[in-house]
Amino acid sequence: MAYRSYILVCGGTGCESSHADKIYQNLKNEIEANQLFAQVQVIKTGCFGFCEQGPIVKILPENTFYVQVKPEDAKELVEEHIVKGRPVQRLIYNPNEDKNRTSLVTEEKDIQFYQKQFRVVLRNCGMIDPEVIEEYIARDGYAALEKVIFDMKPDDVIEELKKSGLRGRGGAGFPTWMKWNFTKNATNSETKYVVCNADEGDPGAYMDRSTLEGDPHSILEAMTIAGFTVGAQKGFIYIRAEYPLAINRLKIAIKQAKEMGLLGENILGSDFSFDIEIRLGAGAFVCGEETALLASIEGKRGMPIPRPPFPATHGLWKKPTVINNVETYANIPMVILKGGDWFSSIGTESSKGTKVFALTGKIKNSGLIEVPMGITLREIIYDIGGGIPGGRKFKAAQSGGPSGGVITEEFLDTPIDYENLAKLGSIMGSGGLIVMDEDDCMLDIAKFYLDFTVDESCGKCAPCRIGGKQLYGILDGISKGNGEIEDIQKLKDISLAMQRASLCGLGQTAPNPVASTLRYFEKEYMEHIVDKKCSAGVCKDLLQFVIHKDKCVGCTVCARKCPVNAISGERKQPHEIDQSACIKCGACYDACKFQAITRG
Amino acid sequence: MFEKEVAGVELSAELNQFISEWKEKPGNLIMILHRVQEEYGYIPREVALELSRMLDVPLAKIYGVITFYHFFKLTKPGKNIIQVCMGTACYLKGGGDLISELERLLGLPVNGTTDDGEFSLEAVRCIGCCGLAPVMTVNGEVFGKITTEQLPGVISKFKGN
Repeated sequence: MAYRSYILVCGGTGCESSHADKIYQNLKNEIEANQLFAQVQVIKTGCFGFCEQGPIVKILPENTFYVQVKPEDAKELVEEHIVKGRPVQRLIYNPNEDKNRTSLVTEEKDIQFYQKQFRVVLRNCGMIDPEVIEEYIARDGYAALEKVIFDMKPDDVIEELKKSGLRGRGGAGFPTWMKWNFTKNATNSETKYVVCNADEGDPGAYMDRSTLEGDPHSILEAMTIAGFTVGAQKGFIYIRAEYPLAINRLKIAIKQAKEMGLLGENILGSDFSFDIEIRLGAGAFVCGEETALLASIEGKRGMPIPRPPFPATHGLWKKPTVINNVETYANIPMVILKGGDWFSSIGTESSKGTKVFALTGKIKNSGLIEVPMGITLREIIYDIGGGIPGGRKFKAAQSGGPSGGVITEEFLDTPIDYENLAKLGSIMGSGGLIVMDEDDCMLDIAKFYLDFTVDESCGKCAPCRIGGKQLYGILDGISKGNGEIEDIQKLKDISLAMQRASLCGLGQTAPNPVASTLRYFEKEYMEHIVDKKCSAGVCKDLLQFVIHKDKCVGCTVCARKCPVNAISGERKQPHEIDQSACIKCGACYDACKFQAITRG
Repeated sequence: MFEKEVAGVELSAELNQFISEWKEKPGNLIMILHRVQEEYGYIPREVALELSRMLDVPLAKIYGVITFYHFFKLTKPGKNIIQVCMGTACYLKGGGDLISELERLLGLPVNGTTDDGEFSLEAVRCIGCCGLAPVMTVNGEVFGKITTEQLPGVISKFKGN
C-alpha cells in the first residue's frame, strides 16, 4: 500500500454504459505517460450509487468526488489534480446547478445524497476492486467465514441470526434464521443445497445486480457460511443471463476464492468442503418465486408447485435447500462479525437492519441507496433524492414492482418497514422505488404492471392466467374510453379472487397495483370512465390536441414538429390539426411558444 | 453479429465439448441452450433435434423449455439488435415512444426483423441502468437518456456495418 494516490473509477453498469471503462483506460494511460505508476493506482470499483451524476471518479486520500466525467477528462484529471495538486473545479459536484459554481461539494460525506444513507450491504461497493480478492480480504472479507468454521457451531450461527432479526430481503420478509434452522434440522436427506436467488426481474430494480458487481465475494462468503450451518456441500447462484458483468465478476471471484482455499475442498484447512456453481436464468419473472426457481435450476420450465412441503425440507431435487436472495446474503458476514445485537440496533421494532432501494423515476438524484429501516419516504425522496425535477408535484411512489402498490403524499412521513408498507397496501419487495409526478396516470401504471404480469404468468393456475388477462382487458377498455361504472366492482372482485386463489406469489400479488391505485385514486378511474378524460395526459385515446385560433400566430413551428404532417395552415395564419391523422404524440403541444395548443 | 450458418447438424468442436462437459450434470438443459444461442444467435431446429439425440431428451421437452423462457429465440435475429428497455423508469420517461418511433423508422413491428436482415427490434425487461432512463442498446452498446430525435442518427451509425 505504498501508493501516494488512488483513483477510483465506478465500474457499475450505469457508469460502464457511459463509457467508464474508457475513462479507466485513459486514466491508466495518463498515469503511465506521466511515469506515475509507482505512486498512483487506478482502481475500478463497484457502484457508488449516485447513478444520476455518473460516471463517478473519486481520488484518495483527498476524497475528491468527481461527477459526470468523460473519457477525454482523464488527461486534465491526472495533469491537474495528481501532478499539480489542483482539483478540477468543473468536474466537482454542483448540487444547485449554480452557474457561478460557488456552492461546489468536493467530498462524498458532504453530499446530501449520501448523508442519510447507512451502508451495510453496499459496504464495499465503490470502495474496492471487485475483481481482486485481496481487497475484499483487506476489508475483513472472509473473516466471518473463518470465525464460523473455527469458533462457532451451526447452532451458534442460527442463534446470532435470530438475535439480529434479519428477514428475507426478496419480498415477503420471512425470518432468515427460521429458514436456515428448518434446513439444518431436516433429516430426510444427507445431501443439502444452498441457493442464491439473483434472478432480479422487477422492472426498475437493480440492487442485487450492483451488489454482485461491486462485492461478489460477500455473497460467496455468506453462502459458504450457510453451507456450514445447515450441512450442505454445494451451492448454486441462479442469476439472470442479462447481467453479463455480474456473471463475469462472480466467475472471477469463485476462481480466486478456490485458489486461496476459501472455497472448494477443505476450506481454510478444515474438514468442511463447499462448492458454488453458477446457473443462468433465461428471462422468466416467475422464477423469482422459489419453487419455480428451483425447477429452473433443474433445467425445467420454471413453474411453481404448491407449498408445503417447503424448499427448506424438499427443495432442489427434493433435497433440503436454503434459498435466500442476494441482499439477504450480503448482510450475513456483517451479522457474524459485528454480532446480532449490533444488527438489531438498526431499524424498527419489527424490521431490523437496512434496505437497499433503486430510487428511480421522476426524481432528481436517481441512484442506488441504502437506508436504515424506519426512514420515511419524505426523507428518501426529498433529502436523498433531491425532490422532483422541473418543479412538478409529487403524486405517488411505487414500491415492490409488479407485486406492490403506491404510496401517496399523505403517507410520506410513515416509517418504512415491512408491516407499515403492507398496511398501506404495498410491499417492501426487492427494493424498486419509483417516484411518479402529476404527469403520470395511475390507471396507466396499473395497466403497465398488469401487461407485465400477464406476459410473465406461467399459465399453470387459472386465477392468475385468466384473472390477469381479464383485469388487463378491463383497464385497457377504460383507458380507451370504453369504461363503465360496473368495471370498478369487477376489478375489485377479480383482484380479490386472484389474491386468494392463485398458486404462487406472482398471481397472488399481481392484482396489487390495481387494488392499490383503486384504493387511493378511484377518482382518477372515475374520471376516465365517466368524463372520458385523462388529466395526466397519458391515455392517448382520451386526448385531443386543439389549436386556439385567437392565440395562434402562424409561426409554423408545430407543423414542422408534427411527425405525421397532421397540422396545416398558411404562414402567419392560424393553423389547424387534422384529428383523423393526429397520433397524439404531443410534439406540437411541447413546441408551441404561445400556449395556443391545449390538451384535453 | 452471428455469422455462423446452420450446416446440417454439424456442431462446432467447442460446442460439442461444452455439451460433453455438461452431459452428465443434472439440470444441464438450460445451460446448454444458452451456449447454443451464444453461437447461433438463436436455437435452430436442427440443433435442437441434435441436442435431443445427444442428451436423450424428447424434442417436445426441449421446445417446452425454449418457449417458456423469454431469452431463447426460435428465429434468426438481424445483424444489429436494437433493444429498448421497458422497465418502469424507462417506461415513465418515454420508452414506449422510442419503440413507436423505431417501428416507424425501421418499418417493422416490435420483435420483428427488417427484410434485409439488418435490424431486429426488441422490447426488453429492465436492463438496470435506470439512472440513464430511457435507455436502449444496440448490439450491447448502451444509449442512455435518449430522445426520439436522436434515433435516426443511432440507426445510421450501425446501418451497413
